[in-house]
Amino acid sequence: MGLLNIFKRKKIEGIDNTMYLTLRDERRISKENNKIIKYYERMKARKNVPEEEYLTQMRDPNNVVEFENLHTYFFTDVGTVKSVNGVSFDVPQGKIVGIVGESGCGKSVTSLSLMQLVQAPTGQIVEGSIRYKANDGKCYEITKVPRDKMLKIRGKDISMIFQEPMTSLNPVFRIGEQMDEVVLLHEDGMTPESAKKRSIEMLRLVGIAMPEKIYSKYPHELSGGMRQRVMIAMALSCNPRLIIADEPTTALDVTIQAQILELLREIKEKINGSIMLITHDLGVIAEMADLVVVMYAGRIIEKGTVREIFHSPKHPYTIGLMKSKPSGKTTDDRLFSIKGQVPNPINMPDHCYFYNRCDRAMEVCLGEYPKLIQFSPTHFAACYLYDESRLSGDDLAKE
Amino acid sequence: MLKYLLKRLGLAIIILLGASALIYLLSMLMPADYIDNQTSAALQSGAMTMEDVMRLKELYGLADKSIGGIAKSYITWLKSTVSGDLGFSFLYGKPVTTVLSEYIWISFMIAFISYILQIIIGIPMGIKASVSQYSAYDYTVSVFAMMGTALPSFFLSALLMNVFAIKLGIFPLQGLTTATTVFAPDAHLQILLDKVWHLVLPITVLTLLNVGGTMKFTRTNMLEVLNSDYIRTARAKGLSEKVVTYKHAFRNTMIPLVTSLSGMLPGLFGGAMITETVFAIPGIGYMALRATRQGDIPFIMGYNMFLAALTVAGMLISDIMYMVVDPRVKLS
Ligand SMILES: Nc1ncnc2c1ncn2[C@@H]1O[C@H](COP(=O)(O)OP(=O)(O)O)[C@@H](O)[C@H]1O
Ligand code: SF4
Ligand SMILES: [Mg+2]
Repeated sequence: MGLLNIFKRKKIEGIDNTMYLTLRDERRISKENNKIIKYYERMKARKNVPEEEYLTQMRDPNNVVEFENLHTYFFTDVGTVKSVNGVSFDVPQGKIVGIVGESGCGKSVTSLSLMQLVQAPTGQIVEGSIRYKANDGKCYEITKVPRDKMLKIRGKDISMIFQEPMTSLNPVFRIGEQMDEVVLLHEDGMTPESAKKRSIEMLRLVGIAMPEKIYSKYPHELSGGMRQRVMIAMALSCNPRLIIADEPTTALDVTIQAQILELLREIKEKINGSIMLITHDLGVIAEMADLVVVMYAGRIIEKGTVREIFHSPKHPYTIGLMKSKPSGKTTDDRLFSIKGQVPNPINMPDHCYFYNRCDRAMEVCLGEYPKLIQFSPTHFAACYLYDESRLSGDDLAKE
Repeated sequence: MLKYLLKRLGLAIIILLGASALIYLLSMLMPADYIDNQTSAALQSGAMTMEDVMRLKELYGLADKSIGGIAKSYITWLKSTVSGDLGFSFLYGKPVTTVLSEYIWISFMIAFISYILQIIIGIPMGIKASVSQYSAYDYTVSVFAMMGTALPSFFLSALLMNVFAIKLGIFPLQGLTTATTVFAPDAHLQILLDKVWHLVLPITVLTLLNVGGTMKFTRTNMLEVLNSDYIRTARAKGLSEKVVTYKHAFRNTMIPLVTSLSGMLPGLFGGAMITETVFAIPGIGYMALRATRQGDIPFIMGYNMFLAALTVAGMLISDIMYMVVDPRVKLS
């Protein structure tokens, strides 16, 4: 047996089974990947795409962004990583949408898909749509927008704040230069002087005491909290409609965390924009968000308003999260004290992904992936516990 | 940083001392020394006796080959070296410093031109390969770079000589001037052009040997930088891929590039021993190889100390340039 395994070089653990890849499998995967990647890359590189091809209509005019059945996969050497696997949710105008879930559940990839910043060529949006409503009332289908058009949306209408303030600024350019760059790029009629004025104004807006001084400093001369303020100032400088904050406070210590969150909230009021706040910290969600999306292994398992999620969680995973919600704030994932492992995104089971960790799992749960059940106009969860068709069936007798 | 530089300098001096002692010892222990080489024919034909040879050795300071004797003559050498006098070359009959200053320039010219070519070819190719990682371009460039780096210089030289000098007859085979043509003494331009003509093949060899390294180095560093968080930030700002690559990424890749390339500068004076010899170009490398074969100890020592000093200078320049290009490193 051991001898046979020489040819099976890579082991991929799933919940139900363990797969091995032979050399032949690897070659097949790599060949298929090349084909798929070439197809998508060619689509994206098209020039002079007529506008009609990527203009669309919003389902609800109050939304800034609508994700619908989004699938973003990575075609890696060991197989297809289904990082985002059918995600649908809305970001309404002027609201903060919190996206919560364990590390690796696809939060960042979801937001990067919206920016067309998924790491190409392995990472590709393979299905679904992301609709974005711009200031001028036009709606764009982000998955089809050509690259050059996307450059005009990125950093201007939608801007992003990242998790690591220590490494997210370019170490060899001064703060001022990096800030001016965005303004000069996106705003018409800006001169270096007026850009500098704008940048300094932005630095002041985010609560930096001596903006002129910080303006001419290098990133390494600032603390983590300061750098995150600079990132926020940069994100704000072109009056974005939507700010994506991907774990903006995870790398900061507790007091700074609170300040940065406070700042984000103030700013949202000022610019009347929306914020997509990604975090694995439920405390942050409770304080900040209007709407909550709970993700698990590339899918949304529950979504609703903050009240609904915190007061009447439905999905066993969300219920578990609420139970394990710590009183203090931690900076790592240990707050998810639900036992067991997230399934490997390459080897996903055919049934509910939470099955192996769920304390209420039933026989039906081994059937097809549970559908989203609606509890209120805003509250949804994907779990067989609430499936009426199941309750009316023979399982009802057992309960 | 200043303290660090001083420490590096101190360390370099210690290494120089150790290396010089070792080279001195090895040169003295060579089985046939300069006098043996020069007198073997006369000795065999009976024109000289063993006593004559010994007297000569005495004169040249090569008689006493005991450890104590070597140590004594090493110290004598060290003293005069420290005072700036590298001694008299046995073979060339001139002060070593004179020989060095006469022959380094041609070596430097060849090396410098190939260095410039290596930069202007290697860096853009490395960037392009990194931007289109795993593409056909990337693979092709990598394979050629590897071939250039892996081929021994004498082989590459012989190959080019065979094709371009012998078969096609486009370029001269060897040497620095055309021996069969007599130029008017004031035909400076023709003389210069003739020299340049002779240098095309050696420069090509040196460039081919080194351009792969520069290209690979650029590619590796670019790939690392392109994966960093601040590049994602630059893209998220809406900057075009061109600005992201050539401004944000390349400015960071320049840190290791400038550091390593500037460190090579002094070494350009050191000569390319094998290539110069194959092409019979009277550069410093060629002279040094001849001197080494003949056991010309003052020249061997002088040349090696010169190389070592160049290496130290390269190290210091590279440290200083690191400070210049990376704002995170400061002198204080
Ligand atoms: N560049 C990539 N190549 C391959 N897999 C990736 C890549 N980026 C992310 N993934 C995978 O996608 C999944 C989701 O990642 P991510 O969205 O970063 O998680 P998180 O919720 O922590 O932000 C993870 O399983 C991760 O391994
Ligand atoms: S569907 Fe079944 S296994 Fe999945 S969360 Fe609901 S009860 Fe648990
Ligand atoms: Mg993330």
